[in-house]
Amino acid sequence: MQTIPDMPDEHGHFGIYGGRFVAETLMAPLEDLRQAYERLRGDPDFIAELDADLADFVGRPSPLYHARRWSEHLGGAQIYLKREDLNHTGAHKVNNTIGQALLARRMGKTRIIAETGAGQHGVASATVAARLGMECVVYMGEEDVRRQAINVYRMRLLGAEVVAVKSGSRTLKDALNEAMRDWVTNVDNTFYIIGTVAGPHPYPALVRDFQTVIGREARRQMLDKTGRLPDALVACVGGGSNAIGLFHPFLDDETVAMYGVEGGGEGVDTPRHAAPLCAGRPGVLHGNRTYLMEDDDGQIIETHSISAGLDYPGVGPEHAWLKDIGRVNYVAATDDEALQAFHELTRLEGIMPALESSHALAHAAKLARELGTDRQILVNLSGRGDKDIHTVAALEGIEV
Amino acid sequence: MSRIAKRFEDLREAGRTALIPYITAGDPRPEITVDLMHALVEAGADLLELGVPFSDPMADGPVIQAACERALIHHVSLRRVLDMVADFRRRDGDTPVVLMGYLNPIEVMGYQSFAQQAAAAGVDGVLTVDIPPEEAGELVSALRAHALDAIFLLAPTSTDERIRRITELARGFVYYVSFKGVTGAKSLDVDAVAAKLEQVRRHTGLPIGVGFGIRDAESAAAVGRVADAVVVGSALVQRIADLQDRADAIAPALADFLSGLRRALDQD
Repeated sequence: MQTIPDMPDEHGHFGIYGGRFVAETLMAPLEDLRQAYERLRGDPDFIAELDADLADFVGRPSPLYHARRWSEHLGGAQIYLKREDLNHTGAHKVNNTIGQALLARRMGKTRIIAETGAGQHGVASATVAARLGMECVVYMGEEDVRRQAINVYRMRLLGAEVVAVKSGSRTLKDALNEAMRDWVTNVDNTFYIIGTVAGPHPYPALVRDFQTVIGREARRQMLDKTGRLPDALVACVGGGSNAIGLFHPFLDDETVAMYGVEGGGEGVDTPRHAAPLCAGRPGVLHGNRTYLMEDDDGQIIETHSISAGLDYPGVGPEHAWLKDIGRVNYVAATDDEALQAFHELTRLEGIMPALESSHALAHAAKLARELGTDRQILVNLSGRGDKDIHTVAALEGIEV
Repeated sequence: MSRIAKRFEDLREAGRTALIPYITAGDPRPEITVDLMHALVEAGADLLELGVPFSDPMADGPVIQAACERALIHHVSLRRVLDMVADFRRRDGDTPVVLMGYLNPIEVMGYQSFAQQAAAAGVDGVLTVDIPPEEAGELVSALRAHALDAIFLLAPTSTDERIRRITELARGFVYYVSFKGVTGAKSLDVDAVAAKLEQVRRHTGLPIGVGFGIRDAESAAAVGRVADAVVVGSALVQRIADLQDRADAIAPALADFLSGLRRALDQD
């Protein structure tokens, strides 16, 4: 049996990707974090505390749902949905924020900071900060603050301070820069909860580990429900945390194909997309080496996706590595394809998916049509779509 | 001996502290950068730090972020920055020039190609903010192969082990970041800086420059008492920002400010 090596290595490298590309001031705090995490990840007390919160606060395990009507409509493989949309706060993000916030408390930190694009990770961070009684500051691009007013208000209700970032393109990547600047300034009492499997080592490994609960549960649930493993896994990839969370526990199952679906925007052959794995190239940003959307001078370029959560010019370094070794297929779904999947799932199954997750659904639909009805596809339904109603309505010329 | 090492040796013999101004190349317009470099030398700069604009300057405060944005409007690439240095060298063969910036533009150019072109342009040192020694092996080899000094940062959070490792790899001088934060933030604590520099000097004989938080003659003189070089960036760049619509006024304003720092350092 083929075995995928354990990654990252001791320096945080996934092949040539990952690593720790930050200014000197952050090197010692990152090493402290790595050591604290290494100590706690095997600590039975910590694991018990995390498991209890995942069960009673988040509502895990999340169900596995057989989308029968949609599968029948597509006329091919059977589609199963891992219902991360049913988690508290409506997405997979909270699996990670709970883990990191408990880690922060164990490290004696009293203040947490986070970056957010659409606001889902910001809400999940503000939620656990409220739960644990910690101060919380969320950095959000000024443009996103405008586009995501409801999530901004939600974070403020939870007691978080939301800081509108006015630099650069005023979106997620700039929010991440600003959160790093806060961290370097307030490193003594502050824990930075990164929302995805990117950033300097140990973040890509740490966030992955907190998200693999998705894949571990789903693998068991598929075996219980159907008696075998799925033929394919499909998940959307922005930074890539829900995808790695699903994929990782299946990496050694060589019969299981995997598809990571990027934000194809108006098409990966146009300049308006958010698909660095499909159409970018390797570089260094936000503390790690990975595939990026950049110009010929090495400047990071603005991305476009209908889904704010996929609108990011980089991607987690483990995905870059899994692409290069050929274990995962990275593809893109366009805005239009995602929207079609959004409407189909809503009308045929009564489940309104997030626009991010709709990209995974769009590719799953393509795949299902190519496969026989006896085949099984497992899709990570990473979040619910309530937050996207305004976007969808606006496209139809409706004001809500 | 590199141009940087030679300059520090001369300064040491003369008993003077080096003054190192920073400006971002291409800010506010690429045409005036070389003139500004000459003006800074005439006003008393011993070395020049030239910022390479980057879209995501993670370690910089709002002043230098804005400078990068102004330069990037004019698409000032790493290649163009090297052209500016080559242009500067036509009139100044003595003043060391250090490029300061982020790794990604160098990655895209390729380490070998960058080192070769930088050396040909007359660059003396390269400070890459986001490459710690753990990741720097290949870049440092390329720089050394072309006789360029690799300048590294040290920080208040650097442990003895890290100071040892960094100073072994560094050439020319080391750059001590005076506080935990981004460029241009609060004022610094000179006693804390002095204590840390004492710790650094136990590991290395390299000259130590101190930057972040030096904003006027008083703070320059205070740091000058404990450091071998004083780096001033945001305070200069803020003056450029204030005069961005009156390009002719920038060089005299920078010269006036810098010569004030020069006098403060020399009198002290």
